[in-house]
Amino acid sequence: MSIDVNAIRKDFPLINDEVAYLDNAATTQKPECVINAIADYYRTSNANPMRGLYKLSVAATDAYENARAKVASFINAKDPSEIIFTRNATESINLVAETYAKASLKQGDTILISIAEHHSNLLPWQKICAENGCKLKYIDTDDQGKITIEAFKEAVTPDVKFISITHVSNVLGTKNPVKEFAKIAHDNGAVILVDASQSVPHIKVNVSDIDCDFLVFSGHKIYAPMGIGALYGKKELLESMPPFLRGGEMIDYVTRDSATFTEVPHKFEAGTVNVEGAAGLAATIDYVNAIGMDEIAKREDMLTDIAFRKLSEVPHVKILGSSEASDHHGILTFVIEGVHPHDIAYIMDSDNVCVRAGHHCAQPLMKHLGVMSTTRASISFYNTEDEIERFVRSVAGIRSKMGYAE
Amino acid sequence: MPNNTFYNEILTEHNIRPFHKKKLENPDFTLEGVNPSCGDDIILALKVDDGIITDGAFEGDGCAISQASCDMMLDLIIGKPKEEALELADIFLRMIKSKITDEEKDRLEEAGILEDISHMPARVKCAVLGWHTMEEIFKGATEGSATTEDM
Ligand SMILES: Cc1ncc(COP(=O)(O)O)c(C=O)c1O
Repeated sequence: MSIDVNAIRKDFPLINDEVAYLDNAATTQKPECVINAIADYYRTSNANPMRGLYKLSVAATDAYENARAKVASFINAKDPSEIIFTRNATESINLVAETYAKASLKQGDTILISIAEHHSNLLPWQKICAENGCKLKYIDTDDQGKITIEAFKEAVTPDVKFISITHVSNVLGTKNPVKEFAKIAHDNGAVILVDASQSVPHIKVNVSDIDCDFLVFSGHKIYAPMGIGALYGKKELLESMPPFLRGGEMIDYVTRDSATFTEVPHKFEAGTVNVEGAAGLAATIDYVNAIGMDEIAKREDMLTDIAFRKLSEVPHVKILGSSEASDHHGILTFVIEGVHPHDIAYIMDSDNVCVRAGHHCAQPLMKHLGVMSTTRASISFYNTEDEIERFVRSVAGIRSKMGYAE
Repeated sequence: MPNNTFYNEILTEHNIRPFHKKKLENPDFTLEGVNPSCGDDIILALKVDDGIITDGAFEGDGCAISQASCDMMLDLIIGKPKEEALELADIFLRMIKSKITDEEKDRLEEAGILEDISHMPARVKCAVLGWHTMEEIFKGATEGSATTEDM
Protein backbone atom coordinates (compact mmCIF):
# COMPACT_ATOMS: atom_id res chain seq x y z
CA MET A 1 0.00 0.00 0.00
CA SER A 2 1.62 3.24 -1.03
CA ILE A 3 1.42 6.45 0.97
CA ASP A 4 -1.57 8.78 0.56
CA VAL A 5 0.37 11.99 1.00
CA ASN A 6 -2.67 14.27 1.15
CA ALA A 7 -4.08 12.31 4.05
CA ILE A 8 -0.67 12.17 5.76
CA ARG A 9 -0.22 15.94 5.51
CA LYS A 10 -3.48 16.49 7.36
CA ASP A 11 -1.97 14.63 10.32
CA PHE A 12 0.60 17.40 10.83
CA PRO A 13 -0.75 20.76 12.04
CA LEU A 14 2.34 22.66 10.89
CA ILE A 15 2.52 21.12 7.44
CA ASN A 16 0.54 23.09 4.88
CA ASP A 17 0.65 24.20 1.26
CA GLU A 18 2.09 27.62 2.05
CA VAL A 19 5.38 26.82 3.72
CA ALA A 20 7.61 24.05 2.42
CA TYR A 21 9.32 22.59 5.48
CA LEU A 22 12.61 21.11 4.28
CA ASP A 23 14.64 21.14 7.49
CA ASN A 24 13.63 17.68 8.65
CA ALA A 25 17.17 16.61 9.52
CA ALA A 26 17.20 19.33 12.19
CA THR A 27 13.84 18.31 13.61
CA THR A 28 10.61 16.96 12.18
CA GLN A 29 7.07 18.27 12.58
CA LYS A 30 4.75 16.36 14.92
CA PRO A 31 1.55 14.53 13.98
CA GLU A 32 -1.68 15.08 15.96
CA CYS A 33 -1.50 11.55 17.39
CA VAL A 34 1.82 12.37 19.05
CA ILE A 35 0.58 15.69 20.36
CA ASN A 36 -2.52 13.95 21.68
CA ALA A 37 -0.52 11.17 23.31
CA ILE A 38 1.31 13.76 25.40
CA ALA A 39 -1.92 15.47 26.43
CA ASP A 40 -3.60 12.12 27.11
CA TYR A 41 -0.82 11.06 29.40
CA TYR A 42 -1.42 14.13 31.56
CA ARG A 43 -5.19 13.75 31.31
CA THR A 44 -5.33 10.09 32.25
CA SER A 45 -2.15 8.69 33.76
CA ASN A 46 0.06 11.31 35.36
CA ALA A 47 1.87 10.50 38.58
CA ASN A 48 5.50 10.04 39.50
CA PRO A 49 6.31 6.64 38.05
CA MET A 50 8.12 4.00 40.13
CA ARG A 51 7.66 5.76 43.43
CA GLY A 52 4.02 5.19 44.27
CA LEU A 53 2.14 2.07 45.13
CA TYR A 54 -1.20 3.45 43.99
CA LYS A 55 -3.02 2.94 40.71
CA LEU A 56 -2.16 6.23 39.04
CA SER A 57 1.54 5.75 39.64
CA VAL A 58 1.25 2.28 38.19
CA ALA A 59 -0.44 3.76 35.10
CA ALA A 60 2.43 6.23 34.68
CA THR A 61 4.98 3.45 35.09
CA ASP A 62 3.10 1.38 32.52
CA ALA A 63 3.09 4.24 30.01
CA TYR A 64 6.83 4.62 30.41
CA GLU A 65 7.71 0.93 30.29
CA ASN A 66 5.35 0.32 27.41
CA ALA A 67 7.27 2.97 25.47
CA ARG A 68 10.55 1.24 26.30
CA ALA A 69 9.22 -2.06 24.98
CA LYS A 70 8.02 -0.32 21.80
CA VAL A 71 11.45 1.21 21.16
CA ALA A 72 13.09 -2.16 21.80
CA SER A 73 10.93 -3.92 19.25
CA PHE A 74 11.14 -0.99 16.80
CA ILE A 75 14.91 -1.36 16.52
CA ASN A 76 14.82 -5.11 17.20
CA ALA A 77 16.69 -5.16 20.49
CA LYS A 78 16.59 -8.49 22.32
CA ASP A 79 15.13 -7.06 25.51
CA PRO A 80 13.47 -3.79 26.65
CA SER A 81 16.11 -3.47 29.38
CA GLU A 82 18.64 -2.75 26.63
CA ILE A 83 16.90 0.59 26.00
CA ILE A 84 17.80 3.56 28.18
CA PHE A 85 15.81 6.75 27.84
CA THR A 86 17.82 9.97 27.63
CA ARG A 87 17.08 13.52 26.50
CA ASN A 88 18.50 13.08 22.99
CA ALA A 89 21.28 11.50 20.94
CA THR A 90 23.79 13.92 22.43
CA GLU A 91 23.04 12.78 25.97
CA SER A 92 23.11 9.13 24.89
CA ILE A 93 26.61 9.54 23.48
CA ASN A 94 27.79 11.44 26.54
CA LEU A 95 26.41 8.66 28.73
CA VAL A 96 28.52 6.04 26.94
CA ALA A 97 31.58 8.29 26.93
CA GLU A 98 31.36 9.12 30.64
CA THR A 99 30.61 5.58 31.78
CA TYR A 100 31.84 2.85 29.46
CA ALA A 101 34.68 4.74 27.78
CA LYS A 102 35.82 6.63 30.85
CA ALA A 103 36.04 3.42 32.89
CA SER A 104 37.59 1.14 30.30
CA LEU A 105 39.88 3.11 27.98
CA LYS A 106 43.50 3.50 28.96
CA GLN A 107 46.52 5.52 27.99
CA GLY A 108 47.67 4.51 24.52
CA ASP A 109 44.22 3.32 23.40
CA THR A 110 42.69 4.94 20.33
CA ILE A 111 39.13 6.12 19.76
CA LEU A 112 38.18 6.09 16.08
CA ILE A 113 35.53 8.40 14.63
CA SER A 114 34.83 9.66 11.12
CA ILE A 115 35.44 13.15 9.83
CA ALA A 116 31.71 13.39 9.10
CA GLU A 117 30.59 13.23 12.72
CA HIS A 118 28.18 15.72 14.24
CA HIS A 119 29.82 17.71 17.06
CA SER A 120 27.72 15.57 19.43
CA ASN A 121 29.73 12.56 18.35
CA LEU A 122 33.04 14.37 18.55
CA LEU A 123 33.23 16.57 21.64
CA PRO A 124 32.53 13.78 24.18
CA TRP A 125 35.41 11.78 22.67
CA GLN A 126 37.78 14.74 22.69
CA LYS A 127 37.10 15.00 26.41
CA ILE A 128 37.69 11.29 27.13
CA CYS A 129 40.90 11.38 25.11
CA ALA A 130 42.17 14.34 27.11
CA GLU A 131 41.22 12.75 30.44
CA ASN A 132 42.27 9.17 29.79
CA GLY A 133 45.33 9.83 27.64
CA CYS A 134 43.81 8.23 24.55
CA LYS A 135 44.33 9.22 20.95
CA LEU A 136 41.47 10.45 18.75
CA LYS A 137 41.80 9.20 15.19
CA TYR A 138 39.69 10.31 12.23
CA ILE A 139 38.76 8.34 9.18
CA ASP A 140 38.19 10.57 6.14
CA THR A 141 35.39 10.35 3.60
CA ASP A 142 36.41 9.91 -0.03
CA ASP A 143 35.52 12.28 -2.88
CA GLN A 144 32.04 10.71 -3.05
CA GLY A 145 31.49 11.34 0.65
CA LYS A 146 31.88 7.65 1.46
CA ILE A 147 33.92 5.49 3.77
CA THR A 148 34.68 2.19 2.07
CA ILE A 149 34.93 -1.08 3.95
CA GLU A 150 38.58 -1.34 2.90
CA ALA A 151 39.39 2.15 4.22
CA PHE A 152 37.60 1.34 7.46
CA LYS A 153 39.46 -1.94 7.86
CA GLU A 154 42.75 -0.16 7.39
CA ALA A 155 41.86 2.44 10.03
CA VAL A 156 40.99 -0.18 12.65
CA THR A 157 44.52 -0.82 13.88
CA PRO A 158 45.16 -2.94 17.01
CA ASP A 159 45.27 0.18 19.25
CA VAL A 160 41.68 1.11 18.29
CA LYS A 161 39.53 0.10 21.26
CA PHE A 162 36.42 2.19 20.66
CA ILE A 163 34.69 3.30 17.48
CA SER A 164 31.88 5.83 17.24
CA ILE A 165 30.44 6.42 13.82
CA THR A 166 27.37 7.84 12.19
CA HIS A 167 24.92 5.62 10.31
CA VAL A 168 23.67 8.33 7.92
CA SER A 169 25.61 11.62 7.70
CA ASN A 170 23.59 14.72 8.59
CA VAL A 171 25.57 16.70 5.99
CA LEU A 172 26.18 14.38 3.06
CA GLY A 173 23.34 11.90 3.54
CA THR A 174 25.71 9.01 2.87
CA LYS A 175 24.98 5.75 4.66
CA ASN A 176 27.84 3.83 6.23
CA PRO A 177 27.81 0.01 5.99
CA VAL A 178 27.65 -0.24 9.78
CA LYS A 179 26.97 -3.98 9.86
CA GLU A 180 30.27 -4.64 8.08
CA PHE A 181 31.97 -2.00 10.25
CA ALA A 182 30.70 -3.73 13.42
CA LYS A 183 32.13 -7.06 12.28
CA ILE A 184 35.53 -5.48 11.58
CA ALA A 185 35.42 -3.74 14.95
CA HIS A 186 34.64 -6.95 16.82
CA ASP A 187 37.25 -8.98 14.91
CA ASN A 188 39.73 -6.43 16.25
CA GLY A 189 38.38 -6.48 19.79
CA ALA A 190 36.91 -2.98 19.59
CA VAL A 191 33.52 -1.77 20.78
CA ILE A 192 31.35 0.19 18.33
CA LEU A 193 28.67 2.86 18.81
CA VAL A 194 26.39 3.81 15.92
CA ASP A 195 24.91 7.33 15.80
CA ALA A 196 21.56 6.56 14.19
CA SER A 197 20.09 10.07 14.58
CA GLN A 198 19.63 10.41 10.82
CA SER A 199 18.82 6.80 9.99
CA VAL A 200 16.16 5.75 12.51
CA PRO A 201 13.64 8.30 11.15
CA HIS A 202 14.08 7.16 7.56
CA ILE A 203 15.00 3.50 7.24
CA LYS A 204 14.39 0.29 9.17
CA VAL A 205 17.20 0.00 11.71
CA ASN A 206 17.85 -3.41 13.24
CA VAL A 207 20.40 -3.49 16.07
CA SER A 208 20.50 -7.29 16.21
CA ASP A 209 21.34 -7.48 12.54
CA ILE A 210 23.93 -4.66 12.69
CA ASP A 211 25.32 -6.25 15.86
CA CYS A 212 26.60 -2.88 17.16
CA ASP A 213 27.38 -2.53 20.87
CA PHE A 214 25.61 0.80 21.29
CA LEU A 215 23.21 2.80 19.13
CA VAL A 216 21.73 6.23 19.78
CA PHE A 217 18.97 8.41 18.39
CA SER A 218 16.77 11.43 19.23
CA GLY A 219 12.98 11.25 19.34
CA HIS A 220 12.47 14.73 17.90
CA LYS A 221 13.95 13.77 14.53
CA ILE A 222 11.37 10.99 14.15
CA TYR A 223 8.16 12.97 14.78
CA ALA A 224 8.31 12.54 18.58
CA PRO A 225 8.64 15.39 21.10
CA MET A 226 11.89 17.12 21.96
CA GLY A 227 13.56 16.00 25.18
CA ILE A 228 13.31 12.23 24.70
CA GLY A 229 16.03 10.12 23.13
CA ALA A 230 17.29 6.59 23.41
CA LEU A 231 20.44 4.64 23.97
CA TYR A 232 20.54 0.99 22.99
CA GLY A 233 23.32 -1.05 24.59
CA LYS A 234 24.06 -4.75 24.71
CA LYS A 235 22.95 -6.04 28.09
CA GLU A 236 26.37 -7.40 29.17
CA LEU A 237 27.98 -4.04 28.46
CA LEU A 238 25.30 -2.02 30.21
CA GLU A 239 25.57 -4.26 33.26
CA SER A 240 29.32 -3.79 33.46
CA MET A 241 29.14 0.00 33.23
CA PRO A 242 29.17 2.41 36.18
CA PRO A 243 26.15 4.73 36.51
CA PHE A 244 26.03 8.08 34.68
CA LEU A 245 24.05 10.47 36.89
CA ARG A 246 23.33 9.73 40.53
CA GLY A 247 20.18 10.32 42.53
CA GLY A 248 16.72 8.91 43.00
CA GLU A 249 15.25 5.91 41.19
CA MET A 250 18.62 4.35 40.44
CA ILE A 251 19.53 2.70 43.73
CA ASP A 252 18.59 -0.44 45.63
CA TYR A 253 19.90 0.55 48.99
CA VAL A 254 21.60 3.65 50.36
CA THR A 255 23.58 4.04 53.57
CA ARG A 256 25.32 7.13 54.91
CA ASP A 257 28.43 6.44 52.86
CA SER A 258 27.48 4.20 50.01
CA ALA A 259 24.79 2.93 47.72
CA THR A 260 24.09 -0.15 45.69
CA PHE A 261 22.74 0.58 42.27
CA THR A 262 19.67 -0.98 40.82
CA GLU A 263 19.65 -3.07 37.67
CA VAL A 264 19.71 -1.80 34.07
CA PRO A 265 18.09 0.19 32.55
CA HIS A 266 17.06 2.10 35.73
CA LYS A 267 20.67 2.37 36.84
CA PHE A 268 21.12 4.94 34.05
CA GLU A 269 17.89 6.85 34.56
CA ALA A 270 18.47 8.86 37.70
CA GLY A 271 15.75 11.23 38.88
CA THR A 272 12.18 11.62 37.69
CA VAL A 273 11.99 10.60 34.05
CA ASN A 274 10.30 12.11 30.98
CA VAL A 275 7.11 10.04 30.77
CA GLU A 276 5.27 12.44 28.45
CA GLY A 277 8.21 12.26 26.04
CA ALA A 278 8.26 8.48 26.20
CA ALA A 279 4.49 8.40 25.60
CA GLY A 280 4.99 10.68 22.58
CA LEU A 281 7.77 8.46 21.27
CA ALA A 282 5.57 5.38 21.65
CA ALA A 283 2.83 7.13 19.64
CA THR A 284 5.36 8.02 16.94
CA ILE A 285 6.45 4.42 16.62
CA ASP A 286 2.82 3.27 16.24
CA TYR A 287 2.34 6.00 13.64
CA VAL A 288 5.35 5.18 11.44
CA ASN A 289 4.76 1.45 11.82
CA ALA A 290 1.19 1.89 10.56
CA ILE A 291 2.58 3.62 7.46
CA GLY A 292 5.52 1.24 7.23
CA MET A 293 9.20 2.17 7.42
CA ASP A 294 9.76 0.58 4.02
CA GLU A 295 7.06 2.78 2.46
CA ILE A 296 8.55 5.83 4.17
CA ALA A 297 12.03 5.02 2.84
CA LYS A 298 10.64 4.39 -0.66
CA ARG A 299 8.82 7.71 -0.80
CA GLU A 300 11.75 9.67 0.62
CA ASP A 301 14.11 8.08 -1.91
CA MET A 302 11.72 9.02 -4.72
CA LEU A 303 11.56 12.66 -3.55
CA THR A 304 15.33 12.77 -3.03
CA ASP A 305 15.87 11.52 -6.55
CA ILE A 306 13.66 14.27 -8.03
CA ALA A 307 15.26 16.97 -5.89
CA PHE A 308 18.77 15.78 -6.72
CA ARG A 309 18.15 15.72 -10.48
CA LYS A 310 16.46 19.13 -10.60
CA LEU A 311 18.94 20.82 -8.28
CA SER A 312 21.86 19.43 -10.32
CA GLU A 313 20.50 21.24 -13.37
CA VAL A 314 20.56 24.68 -11.74
CA PRO A 315 23.61 26.64 -12.96
CA HIS A 316 26.25 27.61 -10.35
CA VAL A 317 24.91 25.07 -7.85
CA LYS A 318 27.11 22.32 -6.46
CA ILE A 319 25.73 19.44 -4.38
CA LEU A 320 28.22 18.08 -1.85
CA GLY A 321 28.96 14.38 -1.49
CA SER A 322 27.97 11.57 -3.79
CA SER A 323 27.02 12.14 -7.43
CA GLU A 324 24.34 9.43 -7.08
CA ALA A 325 20.94 10.53 -5.78
CA SER A 326 20.45 7.14 -4.12
CA ASP A 327 23.37 7.86 -1.75
CA HIS A 328 21.71 10.95 -0.27
CA HIS A 329 18.89 9.54 1.91
CA GLY A 330 16.82 12.70 1.95
CA ILE A 331 19.74 15.06 2.55
CA LEU A 332 20.98 17.55 -0.05
CA THR A 333 23.71 19.93 1.05
CA PHE A 334 24.78 22.46 -1.54
CA VAL A 335 26.60 25.68 -2.29
CA ILE A 336 25.72 28.40 -4.80
CA GLU A 337 28.72 30.09 -6.35
CA GLY A 338 29.06 33.67 -5.12
CA VAL A 339 26.24 33.54 -2.56
CA HIS A 340 26.74 32.96 1.14
CA PRO A 341 24.46 30.30 2.72
CA HIS A 342 22.97 32.76 5.19
CA ASP A 343 21.81 34.93 2.33
CA ILE A 344 20.47 31.81 0.58
CA ALA A 345 18.44 30.65 3.59
CA TYR A 346 17.14 34.15 4.14
CA ILE A 347 15.95 34.59 0.56
CA MET A 348 14.45 31.10 0.56
CA ASP A 349 12.53 32.00 3.71
CA SER A 350 10.94 34.87 1.82
CA ASP A 351 9.88 32.25 -0.76
CA ASN A 352 8.43 30.22 2.16
CA VAL A 353 10.95 27.43 1.88
CA CYS A 354 12.61 26.38 5.16
CA VAL A 355 16.19 25.14 4.81
CA ARG A 356 19.22 25.13 7.05
CA ALA A 357 22.35 27.25 6.55
CA GLY A 358 25.63 27.03 8.41
CA HIS A 359 28.20 24.44 9.39
CA HIS A 360 25.55 21.91 10.51
CA CYS A 361 27.50 21.20 13.69
CA ALA A 362 30.18 19.48 11.64
CA GLN A 363 33.05 21.94 11.40
CA PRO A 364 35.83 19.35 10.84
CA LEU A 365 33.85 17.98 7.88
CA MET A 366 33.33 21.46 6.42
CA LYS A 367 37.08 21.99 6.59
CA HIS A 368 37.70 18.59 4.97
CA LEU A 369 35.30 19.52 2.16
CA GLY A 370 36.93 22.93 1.77
CA VAL A 371 33.81 25.00 2.46
CA MET A 372 33.06 27.49 5.22
CA SER A 373 29.38 26.76 5.42
CA THR A 374 26.63 25.34 3.24
CA THR A 375 22.88 25.16 2.79
CA ARG A 376 20.97 21.94 3.47
CA ALA A 377 17.53 20.78 2.39
CA SER A 378 16.29 17.62 4.10
CA ILE A 379 13.23 15.63 3.13
CA SER A 380 10.52 13.76 4.97
CA PHE A 381 7.81 11.52 3.51
CA TYR A 382 5.24 14.28 4.16
CA ASN A 383 6.95 16.54 1.61
CA THR A 384 5.55 16.70 -1.91
CA GLU A 385 6.87 16.93 -5.44
CA ASP A 386 5.35 20.39 -5.59
CA GLU A 387 7.41 21.46 -2.58
CA ILE A 388 10.54 20.10 -4.24
CA GLU A 389 9.67 22.15 -7.35
CA ARG A 390 9.26 25.28 -5.25
CA PHE A 391 12.52 24.61 -3.49
CA VAL A 392 14.42 24.24 -6.76
CA ARG A 393 12.73 27.31 -8.27
CA SER A 394 13.67 29.35 -5.23
CA VAL A 395 17.31 28.20 -5.48
CA ALA A 396 17.33 29.02 -9.19
CA GLY A 397 16.20 32.59 -8.52
CA ILE A 398 18.78 33.43 -5.89
CA ARG A 399 21.73 34.62 -7.96
CA SER A 400 19.68 37.17 -9.84
CA LYS A 401 18.24 38.47 -6.56
CA MET A 402 21.79 38.90 -5.35
CA GLY A 403 22.62 41.10 -8.32
CA TYR A 404 24.29 38.63 -10.67
CA ALA A 405 23.52 39.03 -14.37
CA GLU A 406 22.53 35.39 -14.87
CA MET B 1 7.97 38.30 7.33
CA PRO B 2 11.17 39.17 5.49
CA ASN B 3 11.07 40.15 1.86
CA ASN B 4 13.52 40.13 -0.99
CA THR B 5 13.65 43.88 -1.36
CA PHE B 6 16.04 43.90 1.56
CA TYR B 7 18.72 42.73 -0.85
CA ASN B 8 18.54 45.96 -2.79
CA GLU B 9 20.96 47.20 -5.42
CA ILE B 10 23.16 49.12 -3.01
CA LEU B 11 23.66 46.07 -0.86
CA THR B 12 24.23 43.58 -3.66
CA GLU B 13 26.56 45.98 -5.47
CA HIS B 14 28.75 46.38 -2.37
CA ASN B 15 28.69 42.60 -1.97
CA ILE B 16 29.50 41.56 -5.54
CA ARG B 17 31.93 44.36 -6.31
CA PRO B 18 33.28 45.53 -2.97
CA PHE B 19 35.48 48.52 -3.70
CA HIS B 20 37.62 48.12 -0.60
CA LYS B 21 38.06 44.35 -0.67
CA LYS B 22 41.76 44.01 -1.41
CA LYS B 23 45.11 43.73 0.25
CA LEU B 24 46.41 46.92 1.83
CA GLU B 25 50.17 47.40 1.63
CA ASN B 26 51.90 48.37 4.88
CA PRO B 27 48.85 48.91 7.05
CA ASP B 28 49.26 50.46 10.50
CA PHE B 29 46.56 48.28 12.00
CA THR B 30 45.07 44.92 11.07
CA LEU B 31 42.54 42.94 13.03
CA GLU B 32 40.57 39.81 12.25
CA GLY B 33 36.91 39.88 13.14
CA VAL B 34 34.99 36.61 13.28
CA ASN B 35 31.37 35.81 13.74
CA PRO B 36 31.57 32.24 15.05
CA SER B 37 27.87 31.51 14.79
CA CYS B 38 27.75 31.82 11.02
CA GLY B 39 31.33 31.84 9.90
CA ASP B 40 31.73 35.43 8.70
CA ASP B 41 35.39 36.25 8.83
CA ILE B 42 37.02 39.54 7.85
CA ILE B 43 40.47 41.01 8.23
CA LEU B 44 40.27 44.77 8.48
CA ALA B 45 43.39 46.81 7.66
CA LEU B 46 43.77 50.57 8.20
CA LYS B 47 46.38 53.20 7.56
CA VAL B 48 46.32 56.04 10.05
CA ASP B 49 48.39 59.18 9.68
CA ASP B 50 48.32 61.83 12.39
CA GLY B 51 44.97 60.58 13.66
CA ILE B 52 43.40 60.54 10.20
CA ILE B 53 42.36 57.28 8.52
CA THR B 54 44.12 57.69 5.19
CA ASP B 55 43.31 54.30 3.69
CA GLY B 56 41.58 51.05 4.53
CA ALA B 57 40.71 47.67 3.07
CA PHE B 58 39.34 44.28 4.08
CA GLU B 59 39.79 40.68 3.10
CA GLY B 60 37.87 37.57 4.10
CA ASP B 61 34.68 35.74 3.56
CA GLY B 62 31.11 36.03 4.71
CA CYS B 63 27.48 36.72 3.90
CA ALA B 64 26.37 39.67 1.77
CA ILE B 65 25.40 41.70 4.79
CA SER B 66 28.78 41.36 6.52
CA GLN B 67 30.68 42.13 3.35
CA ALA B 68 28.57 45.05 2.16
CA SER B 69 28.42 46.57 5.63
CA CYS B 70 32.21 46.54 5.93
CA ASP B 71 32.63 48.01 2.44
CA MET B 72 30.16 50.82 3.15
CA MET B 73 31.90 51.52 6.44
CA LEU B 74 35.23 51.97 4.68
CA ASP B 75 33.59 54.31 2.14
CA LEU B 76 32.49 56.39 5.06
CA ILE B 77 35.54 56.46 7.33
CA ILE B 78 38.43 56.82 4.91
CA GLY B 79 39.64 60.43 5.09
CA LYS B 80 38.10 61.02 8.50
CA PRO B 81 39.74 61.39 11.92
CA LYS B 82 39.54 58.25 14.02
CA GLU B 83 37.38 60.02 16.64
CA GLU B 84 34.77 60.69 13.98
CA ALA B 85 34.99 57.08 12.78
CA LEU B 86 34.30 55.89 16.32
CA GLU B 87 31.39 58.30 16.57
CA LEU B 88 29.95 56.87 13.34
CA ALA B 89 30.45 53.34 14.68
CA ASP B 90 28.52 54.31 17.78
CA ILE B 91 25.68 55.67 15.65
CA PHE B 92 25.69 52.55 13.47
CA LEU B 93 25.60 50.18 16.44
CA ARG B 94 22.82 52.19 18.05
CA MET B 95 20.89 52.12 14.76
CA ILE B 96 21.09 48.31 14.70
CA LYS B 97 20.21 47.93 18.37
CA SER B 98 17.45 50.47 18.71
CA LYS B 99 16.79 53.89 17.18
CA ILE B 100 18.65 56.93 15.95
CA THR B 101 17.59 60.38 14.77
CA ASP B 102 17.20 61.27 11.09
CA GLU B 103 20.26 63.52 11.23
CA GLU B 104 22.30 60.68 12.67
CA LYS B 105 21.05 58.37 9.93
CA ASP B 106 22.08 60.91 7.28
CA ARG B 107 25.60 60.86 8.63
CA LEU B 108 25.79 57.11 7.91
CA GLU B 109 25.09 57.73 4.20
CA GLU B 110 24.59 54.37 2.38
CA ALA B 111 25.18 52.38 5.55
CA GLY B 112 21.80 53.68 6.73
CA ILE B 113 20.10 51.11 4.46
CA LEU B 114 21.01 48.46 7.04
CA GLU B 115 18.57 49.97 9.55
CA ASP B 116 16.04 47.17 9.00
CA ILE B 117 18.54 44.60 10.24
CA SER B 118 17.35 45.49 13.72
CA HIS B 119 14.26 43.37 12.97
CA MET B 120 16.39 40.35 12.06
CA PRO B 121 18.21 39.22 15.19
CA ALA B 122 19.98 36.42 13.33
CA ARG B 123 21.70 38.90 11.01
CA VAL B 124 22.68 41.60 13.47
CA LYS B 125 26.09 40.06 14.11
CA CYS B 126 26.80 40.04 10.38
CA ALA B 127 25.98 43.73 10.00
CA VAL B 128 28.06 44.92 12.93
CA LEU B 129 31.14 42.77 12.33
CA GLY B 130 33.19 45.34 10.39
CA TRP B 131 32.21 48.18 12.69
CA HIS B 132 32.91 46.21 15.79
CA THR B 133 36.33 45.23 14.44
CA MET B 134 37.14 48.88 13.67
CA GLU B 135 36.18 49.87 17.22
CA GLU B 136 38.41 47.15 18.61
CA ILE B 137 41.31 48.43 16.56
CA PHE B 138 41.04 51.90 18.02
CA LYS B 139 40.26 50.72 21.52
CA GLY B 140 43.74 49.31 21.84
CA ALA B 141 43.93 45.91 20.22
CA THR B 142 46.40 45.87 17.37
CA GLU B 143 46.67 42.16 17.04
CA GLY B 144 44.58 39.06 17.52
CA SER B 145 40.96 38.82 16.68
CA ALA B 146 37.68 40.41 17.60
CA THR B 147 34.47 38.48 17.84
CA THR B 148 30.90 39.58 17.90
CA GLU B 149 30.01 37.00 20.56
CA ASP B 150 29.42 39.70 23.13
CA MET B 151 26.79 41.46 21.04
C1 LIG C 1 24.10 12.70 12.99
C2 LIG C 1 23.63 13.46 14.20
N1 LIG C 1 24.10 13.12 15.41
C3 LIG C 1 23.69 13.76 16.52
C4 LIG C 1 22.80 14.80 16.47
C5 LIG C 1 22.41 15.49 17.74
O1 LIG C 1 21.08 15.35 18.00
P1 LIG C 1 20.44 16.05 19.28
O2 LIG C 1 20.73 17.50 19.17
O3 LIG C 1 18.99 15.74 19.19
O4 LIG C 1 21.09 15.42 20.49
C6 LIG C 1 22.29 15.19 15.23
C7 LIG C 1 21.33 16.32 15.14
O5 LIG C 1 21.47 17.27 14.42
C8 LIG C 1 22.72 14.51 14.07
O6 LIG C 1 22.26 14.86 12.85
